Amino acid sequence: MKDVDAIYCANPSPLTIAEYFGITPKHTDGTSVGGSSFVIHVAHALEAIAAGRIDVALITHGESGRSQRSRPGADLGAPGSQYELPFGIAAPPMQYAMACNRYMHIYGEDKTRQAMAEIAVATRKWANLNEKAFFYETPMSFDEYHDSRWIVYPFHLPDCCLTIDGGGACVVVSPEVAKSCAKKPVWVNGAGEAHDHGLISQMPDLTRTIAHQSGPEAMQMAGITHSDVDLAMIYDSFTYTVLTTLESLGFCGPGEGADFVANQRTAPGGDFAMNTNGGGLSYCHTGMYGMFLLLEATRQLRGEAGARQVENCKTSLVNGTGGALSSTGTLVLGV
Amino acid sequence: MTTENKATGPVPVPQQESDFYWEKLKAHELWLRKCNETGKAYFYPRDISPFTFSRDTSWIQSSGKGTLFTYAICYTPIPRYTGPVPFIIAMVELEEGPLIPTNIVGVEPDPSNLTIGMPVEVTYEDITDTITLPKFKPV
Repeated sequence: MKDVDAIYCANPSPLTIAEYFGITPKHTDGTSVGGSSFVIHVAHALEAIAAGRIDVALITHGESGRSQRSRPGADLGAPGSQYELPFGIAAPPMQYAMACNRYMHIYGEDKTRQAMAEIAVATRKWANLNEKAFFYETPMSFDEYHDSRWIVYPFHLPDCCLTIDGGGACVVVSPEVAKSCAKKPVWVNGAGEAHDHGLISQMPDLTRTIAHQSGPEAMQMAGITHSDVDLAMIYDSFTYTVLTTLESLGFCGPGEGADFVANQRTAPGGDFAMNTNGGGLSYCHTGMYGMFLLLEATRQLRGEAGARQVENCKTSLVNGTGGALSSTGTLVLGV
Repeated sequence: MTTENKATGPVPVPQQESDFYWEKLKAHELWLRKCNETGKAYFYPRDISPFTFSRDTSWIQSSGKGTLFTYAICYTPIPRYTGPVPFIIAMVELEEGPLIPTNIVGVEPDPSNLTIGMPVEVTYEDITDTITLPKFKPV
């Protein structure tokens, strides 16, 4: 801990985390823009290291999504409390479901539904290979997906991520410090971040996230193209989040996501490895999932992923999405 | 006269730049903010135009008519919401241009009753003495 000179976390505050561990950081960042925050923290660590401000940044996350005893109260004067909360537009399932329904209206309900089923079932198959996953021992068929109950139409239960307790941490160090680390480094080759609204009713386009900006920025910095990506870690708060993000990142065009994920292409054995930990849908989602994207990408790039190891995994694209499809952070990681 | 508290969620607390909006709703009128430089109406009310950063803005009354832009049907009880389920949440595209978040009422919450693009119009729901919510029903 004595080597740590920067603390980045979203919630609780860096004040709490640093105090708890007895760290006196000289650089701090409490950026809290939803589940993408930790991905964005990595980008900020990169900048602080490049500027020569710090050598070792500690990024932390812990959240009791399932067992929490209190929820923070809303600021009743805030825009969301005046214009959305009174109607029951109160949580991500409602916000994302309205975006998804608009997407269905534009690109076709049956095709979109099938894509969401493909994503849910493929992600579950990865979870069945991860002994730490919540649904490790629980397979799911297409019929089970389609027969499941509604949470918020058009979302079935398996379209929605888990809400469980969890946590993780990530250390970002300077190349100099990396030489003396016990494990081989994973390099941050590109980073991008952006947000374009807070409330879902203010989203400029319900069918496209601002990953269309953060994605190209990160890929350009890393000097890669889509075909260079061996592993895609795509924030899956909902199946729809994955569908719109793949399109926003340019893996396929608008409305082409259904064809892109068809025939279990993203499942184990498919030719597009995605969310290999089992995702927020079937592995773990605490409320702010971004940290787990980083952990899985790192394990895969180091060849530590066991039964679910992606062969010859050299480049991973990580995309976190936070808020009401509001913020994105994209990283290109490599070994 | 006191209106029984019929709120099914948190009751909004108007702010300086939204006092006018909520006062007009209490009188069962829907008003929007308009950017005078672009001539475009916007929601929610802000003193500064989200299009130009200009403070040259005005208020216009909405016809209360629009079309269903998107919706979702909530089947599960949610934190801080005490009304019955299922219920319909939605965004309506007003004739004047802006999207407004709302509930669709006066229709059974079933996808077969709802078509994106269908015409809807405002209906007012007094939830407390001072707060009235703009909800929408099919025309």
